[in-house]
Amino acid sequence: MPEPDLCELSVPNRIGFRFPEVDVPCAELPKGLVREHLPLPELYELDVIRRYTRLSQLNHAIDTGYYPLGSCTMKYNPKINEEMARLAGFAAVHPLQPVQSVQGCLALMYELQEWLKEIGGFAGVTLQPAAGAQGELTGILIIRAYHKDRGELQRTKILIPDSAHGTNPATSAMSGMTVVEIKSDERGNTDLDSLRKQCDETLAGIMITNPNTLGLFDENIEEVIRLVHEAGGLVYGDGANMNALLGIVRPGDLGIDVLHFNLHKTFSTPHGGGGPGSGPVGVCDKLVDYLPSPIVTITQEGDEETPPVYGFYTPPKSIGRVKSFHGHFGMMVRAYTYMLMHGKEGLRKVSEHAVLNANYLRARLRNVYHIPYDRICMHEFVAEGRWEDAPEVRALDISKRLMDFGFHPPTNYFPLIVHEALMIEPTETESKQTLDAFADALIRIAEEARTNPDLLKSAPHHTPVGRVDEVKAARDLILACGVSVEEDT
Amino acid sequence: MNIPSDLKYTKNDEWLRVEGNQGTIGITDYAQSQLSDIVFVEITVSEGDVVKQGETCATVESVKAAADVYMPVSGKVIAINHSLPEKPEVINRDPYGEAWMVKIEFTNPSELDQLLDAAAYEEHLAQKE
Amino acid sequence: MFLPHTDKERQQMLETIGVKTIEELFAAIPQKYRFPELKLPSALTEMEAQAVISDLASTNDNLQEMICFLGAGAYNHYIPAVVDAIIRRGEFLTAYTPYQAEVSQGTLQSIFDFQSLMTALTGMEVSNASHYDGATAVAEAVTMANAHFRGKRNRVILSPALHPHYRQTVRTYHANTGIEFVGDEPSADLRASPESLAELLNENTALVIVQYPDFFGRIYDYTQLAAKAHQAGALFAVSVNPIALGLLKPPSEFGADIVTGEGQPLGIPLSFGGPYLGIFTTRKEYVRRMAGRLVGETVDNRGQKAYVLTLTAREQHIRREKATSNICTNQGLMALAATVYLSLVGKHGLRQVAELCYHKAHYAADQIKAIEGFSLWSDEPFFNEFVVKSPTPPQELNQKLLEYGIIGGYDLEQDYPSLKGYVMFAVTEMNTKEEIDYLVSTLAEVSHA
Repeated sequence: MPEPDLCELSVPNRIGFRFPEVDVPCAELPKGLVREHLPLPELYELDVIRRYTRLSQLNHAIDTGYYPLGSCTMKYNPKINEEMARLAGFAAVHPLQPVQSVQGCLALMYELQEWLKEIGGFAGVTLQPAAGAQGELTGILIIRAYHKDRGELQRTKILIPDSAHGTNPATSAMSGMTVVEIKSDERGNTDLDSLRKQCDETLAGIMITNPNTLGLFDENIEEVIRLVHEAGGLVYGDGANMNALLGIVRPGDLGIDVLHFNLHKTFSTPHGGGGPGSGPVGVCDKLVDYLPSPIVTITQEGDEETPPVYGFYTPPKSIGRVKSFHGHFGMMVRAYTYMLMHGKEGLRKVSEHAVLNANYLRARLRNVYHIPYDRICMHEFVAEGRWEDAPEVRALDISKRLMDFGFHPPTNYFPLIVHEALMIEPTETESKQTLDAFADALIRIAEEARTNPDLLKSAPHHTPVGRVDEVKAARDLILACGVSVEEDT
Repeated sequence: MNIPSDLKYTKNDEWLRVEGNQGTIGITDYAQSQLSDIVFVEITVSEGDVVKQGETCATVESVKAAADVYMPVSGKVIAINHSLPEKPEVINRDPYGEAWMVKIEFTNPSELDQLLDAAAYEEHLAQKE
Repeated sequence: MFLPHTDKERQQMLETIGVKTIEELFAAIPQKYRFPELKLPSALTEMEAQAVISDLASTNDNLQEMICFLGAGAYNHYIPAVVDAIIRRGEFLTAYTPYQAEVSQGTLQSIFDFQSLMTALTGMEVSNASHYDGATAVAEAVTMANAHFRGKRNRVILSPALHPHYRQTVRTYHANTGIEFVGDEPSADLRASPESLAELLNENTALVIVQYPDFFGRIYDYTQLAAKAHQAGALFAVSVNPIALGLLKPPSEFGADIVTGEGQPLGIPLSFGGPYLGIFTTRKEYVRRMAGRLVGETVDNRGQKAYVLTLTAREQHIRREKATSNICTNQGLMALAATVYLSLVGKHGLRQVAELCYHKAHYAADQIKAIEGFSLWSDEPFFNEFVVKSPTPPQELNQKLLEYGIIGGYDLEQDYPSLKGYVMFAVTEMNTKEEIDYLVSTLAEVSHA
């Protein structure tokens, strides 16, 4: 049974929560500005707890089951992270308090900046961006500012491989850049001939995801970076896939000039049903002056007895703020906790096992599902969800059927260069037993596709709701329920 | 796939019905089938606008995809189908009739030579598949 | 560390893959850069990490120990226990964007509730599933107006009393989109009535943006300004503090086209600045120009009511460089916190919180202005924040207050050079009369020492 609308639960004059009575003399309310009607619901505390507890039970989540959603790095989110973020010394701190009263927050941010610099091979890091997409925006604005500063206003062309995530072109367009798509070659690498043709004096840079969205490490990466640099462009790295690279290779060493990290992917901060994320950006030496403000720095060195004093500073050519205050500090605490618990050896093990798990699943499935670009992958791989002898079945049907086995489906229909794509990212936190159960389910579904395709076409069968009518949703556009319109009498 | 023989086509799946120095623009049966259930259409030009070949004149959305409709040839907009945005599903039902989008007066009729006839468009689709 | 494999399992897996060692999996990586030695410390256990991090936290002055009169865009409000009990449930916390509706109805219906509550609160017709924060919501309002006018109107009028961080963020976002921002120049008269912004309207103006209550806490009726903006063919946007809307007229009554806001006061901890919650609502006619995720009601193939992400063809993953915005992740969990908060406190509770803030702030203002050397900057109506002329430089004043266990007000000179010597205090339901009296007596003491 679906849960009722919020407004259906509301009962006039029911009180959900009491605040203390006013303990000061009442002031006159502002004339002509007081609201007459506030159509919010009137519920009782247990109503609220039951509603949202029951709703929560309709979700598939990492804590309830396997979630191999490609490009999203749905790894286990350690519970200790949550405890640390809720310490009063972090959660109950105002962002504008005097700096000497927030030295612990600043120390944590400084340390996190330093860790990310070391992991990525960068000269500077800003923690301000709210999410990966905002990190991209920050990075592209930095590239634009760099060229402008050098008087190269004509450099507005951004190259983006055809396998890229949609945020890359959208970000470039938002930053006033023109987008030119670059093809992938037959091994899934950036096509060097297409790239060479675009290397001219209008080139601002390239946005490259490596490993790319096929899960492949670009074998041409050094040549790509050399060509772009030679043409006067800069290289933006989309760090969505950093989970493959911790302690394996530093993007900065390869020559990547600017890159965003996703703390909510690589560093285990929870996805929260779609955010909040956190998208710190690392840059090479020549771009540190353009980072958004503020950055945490040491304002007074410490010694054996006294810790250093931390403060904020604004880089001299900063592109400005990208959001209010200092970024998603609560996510920084979680990521920092995770890093401390891994250390240098542990971080490398994370990536090694993410890659091991992906290759294991690929090896188990490759005889049953066609895998274009079938070579050793990094932390994820893309299979095709179609067979010639099961013409009606599409990748979406396979995904829906997987739900009946208790698994969250892989990412569908992305990247765009693979037909009927099933993008699978196992993550390192899953056991061999889980991976085997998932592979067994996919193999069985491949059989069902031939023997009983209707079972797939009508799936899922065991979920709280069946396939939903998306056309109706888009045509009717019911985007809110009328919350309690009854007035007190 | 319905490809009327009396129309001109583009590789972007627009059709053009030529009547003297005027033409009517819409999207093909193939385009609507690729988009599937269309839920939104917006005509982005107004009567009187002079629009160049290749510029956007409308946007079409289904639940899974979005497509821009480009001017097959340059022209001055003389009419737009004002009722279409209220019932975008007509594009799925009657792409060559009721779902016309824009009527224009040609400003550079020589561009008509660049368009495909029905046979050439059919061949283009066959190659794409 | 969170790695389950035993040595034996690892060996079996390598055999299945057809390699001997894990290192072999990384052959595609240029050898000279492969396996760098990271200069980082070694791993700590959970017990050790917990101790290190708790130590760091304990060096901060936190608001459970201090008395807080600081606001300026982030407010110290009470968070009912119910809110955290819900948002830390793993089913919400560890799910991702609800792309697969069949296994995401919990997140989807909660977002639908959020959209419903935001439209009820602001009086607008549609709400998205959230933006990053109040600042980026304003930046997205500019993006939306720009898309609405197809780039043909390139002037945006910013009230100088819009939060300084928001004005900075908007400029960063639009550094390369050809938009000209006017109205908030350093020379702007901060005491002028909002209608004076109308003088900047022209046929090129896309959007006028004001804040309600404004950055200085003042509350104005923006009906006249909205009407003038509309006469000029421009859109009108209001950035709100949602708690204030428990008491004050919703901006829809002024004729607003877009209402954005910072949702932090709705059950979200201060957390040194984030994560917070960007509210974005508008009129139905502009829904396709609004960036961000949107949940709609529909039915499933079993005939049940169900929810699904809708109008996704507007978004970056389909439209790529033609999308209005690149936004992808939103603030899902924070939107859930606001949803639970508003469902719980409801219409009576929100009005009560708003009135508590209002009355206590007025009491505090009355007491402070009576201290020798202090005076109020403005006599306009205000909500829960007010600006005071201080006889002691604000920074110095705040240092002294800190010694008395008080987080003082916001020093306005850092953003408004003309307000040198002015400090802004915020008062919420968290401040008891005793605390306010203590602030007043401490101010009197430290400013005359």
